[in-house]
Amino acid sequence: MKARVHIFLKPGVLDPQGKAIGNALASLGFSGVGEVRQGKLVELDLAESDAARARERVEAMCRQLLANPVIEDYAIEIA
Amino acid sequence: MKAAVVIFPGSNRERDVCLALKRASAHEPLRVWHGDAELPAVDLIVLPGGFAYGDYLRCGAMAAHSPIMREVKARAAAGVPVLGICNGFQVLTEAGMLPGALLPNRSLKFICRDVHLRVENSQTIFTSGYEAGQTIRVPTAHGEGNYTADPETLDRLEGEGRVAFRYCRADGALDDEANVNGSARAIAGVFNESRTVLGLMPHPENATDPLLGNTDGQGFFSGLVAALQ
Repeated sequence: MKARVHIFLKPGVLDPQGKAIGNALASLGFSGVGEVRQGKLVELDLAESDAARARERVEAMCRQLLANPVIEDYAIEIA
Repeated sequence: MKAAVVIFPGSNRERDVCLALKRASAHEPLRVWHGDAELPAVDLIVLPGGFAYGDYLRCGAMAAHSPIMREVKARAAAGVPVLGICNGFQVLTEAGMLPGALLPNRSLKFICRDVHLRVENSQTIFTSGYEAGQTIRVPTAHGEGNYTADPETLDRLEGEGRVAFRYCRADGALDDEANVNGSARAIAGVFNESRTVLGLMPHPENATDPLLGNTDGQGFFSGLVAALQ
């Protein structure tokens, strides 16, 4: 079973990398781009066949390591 | 005074802080490898600067879960002072031993230069070698030193006297330009509730040798050693 964890900075947390990407897009002529936020994607291969249990385990991984709750939110996809 | 300096793969300022501690205490600090689960009895634990685990995932995130950190947390809970400098500060926040987090610098640039710091609270073991309000000049070298925490946490830190240092101008005044990395309320270092754990981004250990032309960091280590003896 695979899990994908999307990790992104909380709203309001300064994202200088996102800002730099936005500026680069503007300089390439892509107009109409508002705020750009950059996150991370972590893919996990799990030895687990129950989706609910898999989600629970990945939640625990996010809380303990994958995300920093002070500055980041996360979303889990189980497939 | 016996100190232990924890070395993670990627630490690179352990020698500097060992020299500063030795200069102040006349004792050679112990060097402890991150994979060790045991820590000898010491009066001070130091997490040095560097790039532990290559800053994988987030700065300090992997190091915060190293085997030695369980012991560091247990010692800190028992009152043993813990000092985290630069990457060590990032490790302490990731380990939940200090509030807040360190984001990439506002400028997105790695900042390697001297900064001025205002000593905000001198009534602690780490800052007793200085006067409150004193300005010191020390080097800084980091890409992710932009301190952040939610407004309630920042208010609490200020209200409880837990801001150790702020980035300031040479005359001690705060302004946006002097806040080199864009830290919330210009915070350069914070204490835990009992003021026995300190994390700071700049490097007082690199301003302790007269040969380098600046000894403003000596007070940090002499005050600390005096407080722990």
